[in-house]
Amino acid sequence: MTHVSIRNLTKIYPGTAEPALDHLSLEIPSGELTALLGPSGCGKTTTMKMIAGLLEPTGGEITFDGRSILRDKPENRGVVMVFQNYLLFPYMSVADNVGFGLRMRKRPKDEIARRVRDMLDLVKLPDLGARKPSELSGGQQQRIALARALIVQPNVLLLDEPLSNLDAHLRFEMRDLIRSLQQEMGITTIFVTHDQEEAVVLADRVALILDGKLRQYDAAQKFYQRPASEAVARFFGGHNFVPGSSTGATFESPLGSLLLPEGAPSGPGTLTVRPESIRIGPAPENTLRVRVSDRIFLGTQTRLKLSQGDVTLDAVLSPDMVEGIGPGDEIDINLPRQSLWVLEPTT
Amino acid sequence: MDRDTATIRSIRFLSGALLIFWLVVPLVPLGIWSFARGWRFPDLLPQEWTLQAWAYAFSDVSGVLQSLWLTIWVALAATALSILVGVPAGRALGLYKFRGKEIVELLILAPVIVPGIAVVLGIHTIFITLGLTNSVWGVILVHLIPTLPYMTLVMAGIFANYDPAYELQARSLGASPLKTFWLVTLPAILPGVIVGALFAFLVSWSQYILTLIIGGGRVVTLPLLLFNFATSGRNDITGAIAMIYILPGIVILILTARQLSGQSGAVGGFGRV
Repeated sequence: MTHVSIRNLTKIYPGTAEPALDHLSLEIPSGELTALLGPSGCGKTTTMKMIAGLLEPTGGEITFDGRSILRDKPENRGVVMVFQNYLLFPYMSVADNVGFGLRMRKRPKDEIARRVRDMLDLVKLPDLGARKPSELSGGQQQRIALARALIVQPNVLLLDEPLSNLDAHLRFEMRDLIRSLQQEMGITTIFVTHDQEEAVVLADRVALILDGKLRQYDAAQKFYQRPASEAVARFFGGHNFVPGSSTGATFESPLGSLLLPEGAPSGPGTLTVRPESIRIGPAPENTLRVRVSDRIFLGTQTRLKLSQGDVTLDAVLSPDMVEGIGPGDEIDINLPRQSLWVLEPTT
Repeated sequence: MDRDTATIRSIRFLSGALLIFWLVVPLVPLGIWSFARGWRFPDLLPQEWTLQAWAYAFSDVSGVLQSLWLTIWVALAATALSILVGVPAGRALGLYKFRGKEIVELLILAPVIVPGIAVVLGIHTIFITLGLTNSVWGVILVHLIPTLPYMTLVMAGIFANYDPAYELQARSLGASPLKTFWLVTLPAILPGVIVGALFAFLVSWSQYILTLIIGGGRVVTLPLLLFNFATSGRNDITGAIAMIYILPGIVILILTARQLSGQSGAVGGFGRV
């Protein structure tokens, strides 16, 4: 159980002016599963490598349970990193790969053999010990890479895009495996991903990094309900942004006066609502009359493009709710008060 | 279609036969000479056969054995130094981008392009001031000029096809830098190191001018001894020494034939996943 604390962590690569990572500060509670989320090149892999000791920070501090680890060599930090492409050593058997960390820790041979067997059972691949990594499927390699990391019982586990190389059905299997092993062993785990879906299905808390800066650090659902800025909302697939001004209780805009949830900021700002929160039909509050300008079939869901004056809104609805609605129709919609949020202008 | 494959097959057979003819035929008279007692012009084969030349070659007075051990020692030392310098240099060229990389590549290739005799006189002057002339170590050092390019270029090719993230993974799992090199890097690059080392050995083995000038005639390796006998008109002894001299080349060719012909696939590296 290790509490990881990152303070003002900064990395400037030689020959570049812009920092790859700019004063990142994060408190990662012991035993939690945290995602560092951001587009490629945002500084998240840089952060992981600095925690693992594979890269020297330009400035800032990293502590485990209050003790600085920046002077520790990578092999002494109790941090294990699992790379995106697994990196199983091709010249060793699967069992030797899994036992590698224990061998480096000079454990006795019989103990290594026993713990490798236990670990292979845990990742549900008990019979593959004698194989070579090249004989395994992608999903199996991923599990072996995870087993190889977990066997040394690290204080901190770092995962680089753990689900991105897997196809849809394996993703959920792997997600459940990672979560259950992480919970069982209580290992503080940090993983990086560019995929917001991967972040929210796996993590307790998500840190969104854009352009080397931390934009929001919160529980996953907050990014949908209470995004910190338009950039955050856009990264999470938000489309609907209406400029106007807030009184704290209502939002005044070309759409009229809309009631806001409690705690909304006041002053000039941008109203945002998730496309999937918009409801068809009138309601006691926040009802709007809009024109349907387009209808797009998305498979399990249907997207409606709605407009009123200059304002356009995107709504994503289940097919049975939009039965009989087509382009050109005038319909009533309502915006549930709890689904609205006001973004303060970015300075 | 059958006729096409038959044509290709016969062309392949012909070119193979030609190549073997080209390589083997010049050796035949040397081989015959080494067992002949006199072999005069109109005779197709010598009148008398003898093992005298071989007996002389392996006797203490001829100096052949001493020369053989010296040549082996020089080639092994030059090879070892080539590995020590060529592996890190090849890694830098194959893995990293840096300023002036093209110039470094050109300079490394230069000894292959520029004839040795053009530079060795300049090196000779430098080696005199350093006191390295007329010594085995001077000869070993000067052999690095032609051996190092081969080693470096082979290793650059290996490292271009190598993913250094494996080393980070090993470090992250608790391996020290030394363990990481031994358990992760070396197995990946070993085939390349072996091929490069065999090249370096052969290149050093066949040096004549560099050895002659830097060694000042006192470091008599096999090619120098061979040339002495060849110019003194002892064709029988020349033939015997020549047979000894070409042996490592043939052995190495047989050992590496499979790897060089591409039958075994890669010469090394992990390849990127």
